[in-house]
Amino acid sequence: MKLEIKICRRKSMFLQEYWQSILFETEEENATVAHALRQINQTKGIVDTDGKEVELPIRFDCSCLQKKCGACAMVINGRPRLACDAALKEFVKKGQVRLEPLRKFPVVADLIVDRSILFENLKIMQTWVSGSAKVPEKHSDEAYEASRCLQCGCCLEVCPNFYAGGSFFGTAAFVPTARLLSSLPVEEQQAIRAQYKAHVYAGCGKSLACRDVCPAGIDVDHLLSSSNGIAVWRHHG
Amino acid sequence: MENKNNVQNINIIGAGLAGLSAAITLAEHNIPSNLFSLQPSERAQSVLAEGGINGALNTMGEEDAPQYHREDTLRAGVYLADEEAVRGLTEEAPQIIRDLERLGVAFNTQNNEILLRNFGGQKKKRTAYARSSTGKIIMTALIDEARRYEARGLITRYPHHELVSLLLAGESEKICCGVLMRNTYTTRLRGFAGPVILAIGGMNGVFPELTTGTTSNSGDALAQMFAQGVRLGNLEMIQYHPTTIGISGKRCLVTEAARGEGGRLYVMRNGERWYFMEEKYPELKNLMPRDVVSREMYFVRQDPACGDQVYLDLTGLAEEVWRKRLPDLRAELLHYLSLDPKTDPIPVEPGIHYFMGGIDVDREHRTNIAHLYAAGECCDQYHGANRLGGNSMLGAIYGGRVAARTVAASIPELAGDQLQELFCNADLHEEIRNQYAQEASPQIILEIRDILVPAMAIVRSEQSLKSAEEKLARLLEREGLHEREKHRIYLAQAMVASAMFRRESRGAHYREDYPQRDDQFCGLTQAELTQGTDIHMQITCRSGSRQIRETS
Ligand SMILES: Cc1cc2nc3c(=O)[nH]c(=O)nc-3n(C[C@H](O)[C@H](O)[C@H](O)COP(=O)(O)OP(=O)(O)OC[C@H]3O[C@@H](n4cnc5c(N)ncnc54)[C@H](O)[C@@H]3O)c2cc1C
Ligand code: SF4
Ligand code: SF4
Ligand code: FES
Repeated sequence: MKLEIKICRRKSMFLQEYWQSILFETEEENATVAHALRQINQTKGIVDTDGKEVELPIRFDCSCLQKKCGACAMVINGRPRLACDAALKEFVKKGQVRLEPLRKFPVVADLIVDRSILFENLKIMQTWVSGSAKVPEKHSDEAYEASRCLQCGCCLEVCPNFYAGGSFFGTAAFVPTARLLSSLPVEEQQAIRAQYKAHVYAGCGKSLACRDVCPAGIDVDHLLSSSNGIAVWRHHG
Repeated sequence: MENKNNVQNINIIGAGLAGLSAAITLAEHNIPSNLFSLQPSERAQSVLAEGGINGALNTMGEEDAPQYHREDTLRAGVYLADEEAVRGLTEEAPQIIRDLERLGVAFNTQNNEILLRNFGGQKKKRTAYARSSTGKIIMTALIDEARRYEARGLITRYPHHELVSLLLAGESEKICCGVLMRNTYTTRLRGFAGPVILAIGGMNGVFPELTTGTTSNSGDALAQMFAQGVRLGNLEMIQYHPTTIGISGKRCLVTEAARGEGGRLYVMRNGERWYFMEEKYPELKNLMPRDVVSREMYFVRQDPACGDQVYLDLTGLAEEVWRKRLPDLRAELLHYLSLDPKTDPIPVEPGIHYFMGGIDVDREHRTNIAHLYAAGECCDQYHGANRLGGNSMLGAIYGGRVAARTVAASIPELAGDQLQELFCNADLHEEIRNQYAQEASPQIILEIRDILVPAMAIVRSEQSLKSAEEKLARLLEREGLHEREKHRIYLAQAMVASAMFRRESRGAHYREDYPQRDDQFCGLTQAELTQGTDIHMQITCRSGSRQIRETS
């Protein structure tokens, strides 16, 4: 399998970005974008399609290589995805795959972005347990589902209403909040319900673009309706 | 470089289960900490844990008790683990699981009581689980708990910070007075004063692409610690998990819970399925400890009457199991292999999964250097010659707690800001000059790996170890190696030397030239690098601390 990998590069946040194309060839049928980047980084002296030596490493975050940690999120052919979940064979027909950093976060270098806003927002949301949050059995499915969020940021990339530093925090803040709404006893929910209304409920247009890109396949739809029920309408089924 | 400050904080390196647990425990004692990691906790290897966490909760009507958990742990580790340490671990285990439940971990339950499943090497159901993503679900709860303390200023998270080196003072007796970290976003170096708890995870990066773990546990930090005189232990004990599959760039685990829920291993023999584990081990069958299963898989594949591929047969599992207890596993197998475990046998192979060895610690999680502690998979406590499935998350959480309690107890003895003073005297500029912005080159990393793989395999011999020893010595002579690369070679040498030293077979360490257990080796190996004009490696046995051999 052979294809062109076109990468949006930038040495540091202070420098201009530029595109660099590398011809990549592999025998491995299931090779992913993450694998290709790792292979390229191991190939001393590799040249781009203009014959220029590629400055290595091409920086990108990765960790688990099995779509469980959210590290490798980037924009692949225009769509936010996990690089370790994007098989090269998907792109072979086109002969090219384009890689860019997530655009809603400040770029650190190449494909690495600074996603600390995700965690700052969760602090504002106060997603934690003060007393006890033993999960009621009837809410166990929601609590489990909401615990699976990777904090990858793909959902924010496509959300029309999210921007870093804005008061709408999007799905990456909503999902962890849903975990607590499904587990905390009603009397301990006040703070988090207020944050929920201010930073999630108030700004969400419910187009569910976020659901369609979530690489963890989190059932955002269902969590939204059950959390709205609890936080806004105070239903405790 | 920024100012030297933050002396009041304890420095925790690594934000997986062990690091989080240490930070939370310190915060409960009102002691602030800096929590450093290469990537945020959400990306730590701990989120990959699937099958569950052990504790004798005794909710399944099997009359379980911590004592049986202890016995199973010691037996599976073939009596290398410290019995008192394991006693502490197994006695606190039920409380740890209850604490996690209180933090909102969505364990599988029935009638509001936590369900337990069978796991390898244990005679009773003792493994609490959240479907097949237990690690992720526990991490989410602990991250939220750490956030609560973060909001109160008791925990300061420093993600994207890499451990560069320890700041050491003292001549013969070394004291750790702080740590030098690199912000990988800005590349700036900064020193932090105070005691250090290492929670850097397993050394997966010594075997890139061949383990079930993450790329961020690169092994660099452990190699650096070793080079700075931190004593390591039990390095020959590497766990090969029997059931892994190859995916792009790594081995992917098929959780032991698959066998716990009824999965069976077979190989084709004379045209028929041979469920070899069931025939050879009628009591625990497919759930023998991992070292035994992996070795048996190796042996049947050597048998000329058998096929070369071992399969995991999950076709007998009930619909309920797929829906409620192993949903993620089925999705994974469909995704990666295009095989449906409900109908198709899964081709599996043993893969490197866990390191029982690492930084040598005592029961209180102290290392050989004062004010330096270690916990979690990076240390050598609790598991001996083979770790039980479900015991490592427990060991990481418990170890983090114990290390934090030890630090808390030692704070009064840190008389008059002694560490701060040593830190201020430490020549940071010299330290920084010695640092090299380069990373170890990928080629060298792979070369070391390829030397180690045949030597540290499931079945080992003097011959294969000797050959690795020679190759590593030659590699070390190569011109132009920089420090980081040399450190990785020292670590590899220590692994090989430990395996050569143990002339017996025990747990994960099987020597075809010494296939029997020999109790003169009933102790942990220890490796230390003492730098003078010469590099010196000592291998000693912990019990009785006999110095048995020296190599240069
Ligand atoms: C696929 C898989 C499944 C598993 N399933 C189970 C199971 O079911 N039950 C069970 O008990 N155990 C299981 N384990 C084992 C268990 O998950 C780990 O042993 C345990 O989580 C280790 O936790 P830790 O905190 O020690 O390390 P980790 O979670 O690995 O964390 C290490 C931390 O150190 C940081 N770090 C590393 N190097 C540096 C550096 N140079 N500078 C700064 N920071 C650094 C990393 O960023 C990370 O934050 C499984 C493991 C794997 C891989
Ligand atoms: S539903 Fe639409 S507006 Fe709401 S979080 Fe998702 S993408 Fe954003
Ligand atoms: S909700 Fe999905 S897309 Fe958004 S951060 Fe979580 S895992 Fe990523
Ligand atoms: S590397 Fe973990 S999700 Fe891709």
